[in-house]
Amino acid sequence: MMRAAGLLALLALLTAAPSTQAADAADPAAEAKAFREFFVKKFPQVKLDDFVNGPYSMNEDMRRQWEEKEEFPPYQFALDAGKEMFSQPFKNGKTYADCFDNRGIGVRQTYPMFDATAGKVVTLELALNNCREANGEAPLSYVKDEMASLTAYMAFTSRGKAMDIKLPDDPRARAAFETGKQYFYTRRGQLNFSCASCHVQSPGERIRAEVLAPALGILNAMPIYRSEWSGMGTTSRRFTTCNSQIRGVPLEPQAEEYRDLEYYLSYVSNGLPVSGPGARP
Amino acid sequence: MASSIRVRATANGGTTEVQALIQHPMDTGLVKDAQGQLIPAHFIQQLSFEHGGKTVFLADWGPAVAKDPYLKFSFKGAAKGDELKIGWTDNKGASDSTTARIG
Repeated sequence: MMRAAGLLALLALLTAAPSTQAADAADPAAEAKAFREFFVKKFPQVKLDDFVNGPYSMNEDMRRQWEEKEEFPPYQFALDAGKEMFSQPFKNGKTYADCFDNRGIGVRQTYPMFDATAGKVVTLELALNNCREANGEAPLSYVKDEMASLTAYMAFTSRGKAMDIKLPDDPRARAAFETGKQYFYTRRGQLNFSCASCHVQSPGERIRAEVLAPALGILNAMPIYRSEWSGMGTTSRRFTTCNSQIRGVPLEPQAEEYRDLEYYLSYVSNGLPVSGPGARP
Repeated sequence: MASSIRVRATANGGTTEVQALIQHPMDTGLVKDAQGQLIPAHFIQQLSFEHGGKTVFLADWGPAVAKDPYLKFSFKGAAKGDELKIGWTDNKGASDSTTARIG
């Protein structure tokens, strides 16, 4: 009897599977809207464009300190170094500018983008290393130093531009978006946290001495100078350290799931301005 | 190589406000690297700001100052357009200096 019931349930599941999947996969545009509305409703006092300033949009005291810091920002050296590196030609005479639309100026808000030929999400960091490799140069480390300087410069040239992530009508792009979303909401690590546990459920709350940033627009500020790191960090660095902090095993920087996560998070932040490079405690 | 010193000095009434950011590792000598080897101490020992041949700010620093230090102070007696000379020396004998125009 039990077995029959189990079998029936299994059968029901099997037949129901395709249709539920379709129902679950809400329209990404509607999803982005719902995501944004969640934060707007949760924090009615915060202006929409201010979410990109992370913890400073949540905490008045931190905000004052940050405003003073911004007069002479700690990412200044990285920015200068990035500008210099960006214009320096490779051994073959080409530069980074040759790899990007509009010669790389003011394009940060379009990354990550879905590359239809490769069938995968290409982040700005990946695009920079692809550019290096196409020109016979060794790839850079994804987490800090040169890579962060380059993305800092590129972000700076896009400051204030609205995030403009395209989701082409391609099932692979859609799948990447879904994978990213799933990664975002999946609990992991010894502490059993998902990205959302902190950045959707608890923005503005303290986690020890830190104030958690809202997920909406969280990547718009990348890369960041973190006083805790006493240096710059890229989106890759942020993802991997987040995973270690919840006592999980981080993926490799620019692993497919991280790229998909970046795609998802950037897409749902469409319309919010690029504020990077940022400075965080 | 760009200068390791960034300065902004603005005269406002009788006082000039100076902000500076210096790129320096400021290693304490107590930290180990990824291989477990101690990173030798490397820090700025003296930092000075001169205006019209007179030292207006002199700091004796040690390993307790953070990496890429930032500082801000103000002094009297300078006018817009004056030159400010900034220099540091570290415990390894390295140094850097730059000049900035008061705006």
